[in-house]
Amino acid sequence: MIRALLSRGPGLLSREAGGERWLIVVIAVLCFLASIAAVGALAADRAAHGWARQLRAEATVQVRPRVDETGPTAAARAAETLAGVAGVAEAEAMDRKAAEALLRPWVGEAALPDLPLPYLVTVRLDPKNPASAPTLSRALAEAGLDATVDDHSLWRGEVERSAGVITALAGAAFLLIATATAAAIAYATRAGMATQASVIETLSLNGASDGYVAGLFQRRFGGLAAAAGAMGAGAAALLLALLRLIGGEGGLTSALPLAFSDLLILIACPLLAFGVALLAARFTALAKLGAHS
Amino acid sequence: MPNSTRRAADPDPAPDTVRLRGVGFGYADRPDVLRDINLSLTQGSFHFLTGPSGAGKSSLLRLMTLAERPQTGRISLFGREVADLPRGGVPAFRRRMGVVFQDFRLLDHLTAFENAALPLILAGGRTADHAADVAEMLRWVGLGQRMDALPPALSGGEKQRLAIARAVITRPRLILADEPTGSVDRAMGEKLMRLFQSLNRLGATVLIASHDEALAERVGATVLRLENGRLRQMEAAGEAA
Repeated sequence: MIRALLSRGPGLLSREAGGERWLIVVIAVLCFLASIAAVGALAADRAAHGWARQLRAEATVQVRPRVDETGPTAAARAAETLAGVAGVAEAEAMDRKAAEALLRPWVGEAALPDLPLPYLVTVRLDPKNPASAPTLSRALAEAGLDATVDDHSLWRGEVERSAGVITALAGAAFLLIATATAAAIAYATRAGMATQASVIETLSLNGASDGYVAGLFQRRFGGLAAAAGAMGAGAAALLLALLRLIGGEGGLTSALPLAFSDLLILIACPLLAFGVALLAARFTALAKLGAHS
Repeated sequence: MPNSTRRAADPDPAPDTVRLRGVGFGYADRPDVLRDINLSLTQGSFHFLTGPSGAGKSSLLRLMTLAERPQTGRISLFGREVADLPRGGVPAFRRRMGVVFQDFRLLDHLTAFENAALPLILAGGRTADHAADVAEMLRWVGLGQRMDALPPALSGGEKQRLAIARAVITRPRLILADEPTGSVDRAMGEKLMRLFQSLNRLGATVLIASHDEALAERVGATVLRLENGRLRQMEAAGEAA
């Protein structure tokens, strides 16, 4: 395939321009990495938003029973009160067994019977019109309950910040990869021009302008980059599709939920490689030709 | 020492195609290749530039093709000072010239046909538009059967003929040829000279660098002699045919 690529391109340049085999490999690898980074960012962003949405749809209430009331009774009353609040889909007092099940992995079986556990109510909010934490607190206070409402806003903020950081890191990785691609193409253009110095001089002496000569390198490296980009993106698409098939609808893991539609973003990879190559080859060729004037 | 080659009988002389005034040129290891060169080639003139090897003939042609710039003096081409010429303006000038290089400067990855068509392609034409002209030119220089051959497969003489075909395919206004018959036999050399003379009759200015002074005498063109970096003499061996 590499040989086929090298035999194409503007015919006025020699087919054996220097360093093009490794350039194809380098760009294909860079595009593969960029594709993985892009789809990884999409999946991470989707996961983070999913978690945030889940957290936004739930609240946890800790009830402190009055002197004349047992904990389970207070929790049941709180659940009943909250179930009647607008924006609450369901409220349920967490019994001791459920609370122990949550804690067992952390504290072990032996300590559980003597451990004083808080009395909790799990609240599922209406996703379309969720009740706010102050609304829930007000309802509980009006019912004479001493309780604290946790709407998970702290965690939600952390998750959303993490999603933002992941997206920014993916963007930075993308820029770095694009810069590396441009540098590789600029280097290859310089190497190619050195290899073909006599061809360039012959073309110039026969009336070729700098722009024309730069255009030859532009088209050659643009074409190579697009093809190499397609190879890298294709390999990434195959790998990701395989992971998606293995992982099923939820993706490989819940932390990185892949979707087949994510693969559409990979179409941009060869186009971006083509654009970066065009610019890098043109600027390098013109700068080199100008330096020799 | 001025070396005007303007025809004395011309009542309304055409502007000089090439004019050099006090031109000096050299390389780092040979600083005085050319010294105080004064030369005018009028439009439609035919000259031979002779001199021993290393006299500076090729360097003088490189100055005229704008491959090099003089260290001293001034050069004008087609009535324009090249010192004032921006880099972007050079290709247009070169397209008005046809240059035969001593080392042929053929592109080894292109066929003979593509090499001959190169100036047409670079001028923006499509090969298909000029295919008949290119084929005819190649047939004329005896390469009709070698159009698809790559230069490495051609003999020295065939390469030289191909280089000449490429130089004249656009019917340039100025033809600069560096030893254009050095690799061909006498019969082909004279045939190629007739080609240059034909183009000269059509108005092209021709300058042929050659160490073969006998050839210059046979052609009967004006001879400029370059020796030790100076144009020492000009011999009017006769008018171009």
